[in-house]
Amino acid sequence: MAYDGKDKVLEEVTAKAYEFGFTTDIESDKAPPGLSEDIIRFISDKKNEPEWLLKWRLDAFAVWQKMEEPEWPHLNYTQPDYQAISYYSAPKQKKVLGSLDEVDPELLRTMEKLGISLEEQKRLSGVAVDFVMDSVSVATSFKAKLGELGIIFCSLSEAVQEHPELVKKYLGSIVPTKDNFFAALNSAVFTDGSFCYIPKGVRCPMELSTYFRINESGTGQFERTLVIADKGSYVSYLEGCTAPQRDENQLHAAVVELIALDESEIKYSTVQNWYPGDAEGKGGIYNFVTKRGICHERSKISWTQVETGSAVTWKYPSCILKGDHSIGEFYSVAVTNNCQQADTGTKMIHLGRNTHSTIISKGISSGRSQNSYRGLVQIMPSAENARNFSQCDSLLMTDTSGAHTFPYIEVKNPSAKVEHEATTSKIGEDQIFYCLQRGIDAEQAISLIVNGYAKDVLNQLPMEFAVEARKLLAISLEGSVG
Amino acid sequence: MLKINQLKASVVGTPILKGLDLHIRPGEVHAIMGPNGSGKSTLASVLAGREEYEVSEGSVDFDGHDLLDMDATERARSGLFLAFQYPVEIPGVSNINFMRAALNGKREHAGLDPIAAKDFLNLVKEKASLVELDGRLRDRSVNEGFSGGEKKRNEIFQMAMLEPKLAVLDETDSGLDIDALRIVAHGVNSMRSPERSFLVITHYQRLLDYIVPDFVHVLVDGKIVRTGGKELALELEERGYDWIKEGVVS
Repeated sequence: MAYDGKDKVLEEVTAKAYEFGFTTDIESDKAPPGLSEDIIRFISDKKNEPEWLLKWRLDAFAVWQKMEEPEWPHLNYTQPDYQAISYYSAPKQKKVLGSLDEVDPELLRTMEKLGISLEEQKRLSGVAVDFVMDSVSVATSFKAKLGELGIIFCSLSEAVQEHPELVKKYLGSIVPTKDNFFAALNSAVFTDGSFCYIPKGVRCPMELSTYFRINESGTGQFERTLVIADKGSYVSYLEGCTAPQRDENQLHAAVVELIALDESEIKYSTVQNWYPGDAEGKGGIYNFVTKRGICHERSKISWTQVETGSAVTWKYPSCILKGDHSIGEFYSVAVTNNCQQADTGTKMIHLGRNTHSTIISKGISSGRSQNSYRGLVQIMPSAENARNFSQCDSLLMTDTSGAHTFPYIEVKNPSAKVEHEATTSKIGEDQIFYCLQRGIDAEQAISLIVNGYAKDVLNQLPMEFAVEARKLLAISLEGSVG
Repeated sequence: MLKINQLKASVVGTPILKGLDLHIRPGEVHAIMGPNGSGKSTLASVLAGREEYEVSEGSVDFDGHDLLDMDATERARSGLFLAFQYPVEIPGVSNINFMRAALNGKREHAGLDPIAAKDFLNLVKEKASLVELDGRLRDRSVNEGFSGGEKKRNEIFQMAMLEPKLAVLDETDSGLDIDALRIVAHGVNSMRSPERSFLVITHYQRLLDYIVPDFVHVLVDGKIVRTGGKELALELEERGYDWIKEGVVS
């Protein structure tokens, strides 16, 4: 009781500071730079959040303050000044442009190469589009169809208001606030993200995509996604898009949590094409992402990612194979060019019996970039008859780029079968010349060779996505050889 | 078709071709024979436009155009085909897609639209039967896991698909058993026409029993030192290259 009283006093004091310290700012749509409890209260209040969520955020913040930014990745960058960042700004109306003539021609050229339709080009670059063509209306009709099946697909903020019981139960259950430096930061200050729930036995009839939502509000710098597949359900979720995405925020720290209940399946595909910085390594997004899923009995989670953007990528989509007979998969293509750096891979934690995991990672390094695969396969004592197969290939396009592999394998059950294959190769002058001699130009030759190399991963992507992703690989490597 | 004049070329500073002359008219089949290291494969690479080979002197006219002025892709699109001594593997790229890209590249050069899917598949079927390349090999990745014989048959299949004006066969017979040799030769022979020329580079006379040349040239130390009819090949088979080499020195 005494403690309760103490807490109350504390609360009052802090609330007061907030009340006075922020009287002016509370009216504005943008918080001043810096991170403090007050800012977190401000964000939570702006979003009209319940008390438990505010407390959750504050706990995360307390943990974060005691944490150090990780230095173990094979990355070299200047750590962001976390007090110089503004952690909240209301969803801004994107500046509406009159016509495509006002859009950066380089951006348009890339989109054209990707085969993005003119209407889509306008939408992505923020040009006002005909009302009929507006995808928001399309999205609404999709939403109605999903609603009939009991599927919930909305922003996380909306879910907090409409489905608090689900959010409260699962938020942070897979990626706890104290999991790592960036996850803790995200937990404290996340502004929005996606929420998806598929009811028991329902097979989601379409690929769910953040595509639409981007249009409605613009992605946050600290995005948080929660996908729950109830027993026996199935969902395929797409994140990102192949069009180049620019953002004034340099730091991105997202968290994605997947919950696959018994006999369900979640397929999560990502194409990440944030601004990578210029050829000299100036600018570009720092992308620090925590993605993890839990598999209950006989369920399956499959991560597929095509990473071509960002100046710095730190990302390890992982699976906790808790249930017996559950399956985890990770398919990745990571391309780095110019001065980009990527440290990416996965963790497969086997807890249940007869659990299987597959890892296929294809790194492609060009320019002066550094590309690392970092993975952990962990077979716990309880994981009888667990199996893992890992294949980590690296392709070097230039003499000045680097490919690194850091595979960790921990086996604590003698019945486990773990296989690891790795190759590093340089793109063959012979292969390129062979193509040239058949009348294929250099650019197309590289595209063919690289796409062939990454085929096992690209084949995992949903059809439409795969077509664009293939083109994206070629564009990302433009000017690499020759 | 092809006029080579006093061609001199080197690789990493070492001169290999030292003033080579060769004249091939449309419809002719020329064979180039010579001991190891005489420059046979270098000639093939120089003609195809491999960048590591530096041409220091001489000229090459290909069908009225300055060949040395074109890059490798342009040469191919203009109708020059090289059957590789060691065909290259390209994992993950199906033979079919590879050929479609090649054929459409050539068509683009000629101002034509990409080939329709149906026409393309019919063409593949027709040309593949020429070298008995079955469907399994057509759908597999380019040369990946092919046997030596299958790789060479695939080269001739590609040649048939692209219908070049001039085909350079670089030691196509190496590593072939007698059955594969016959199939490859059949593919080449059925493509002989008054418009199409062949330059057959080989170390052994055996191939020339099947692909009968109009002219045989002997290449020694980067120069053609002797030219004759098909009987010259037989003489070489019997006597080796030493007598010619000695003749050159003296």
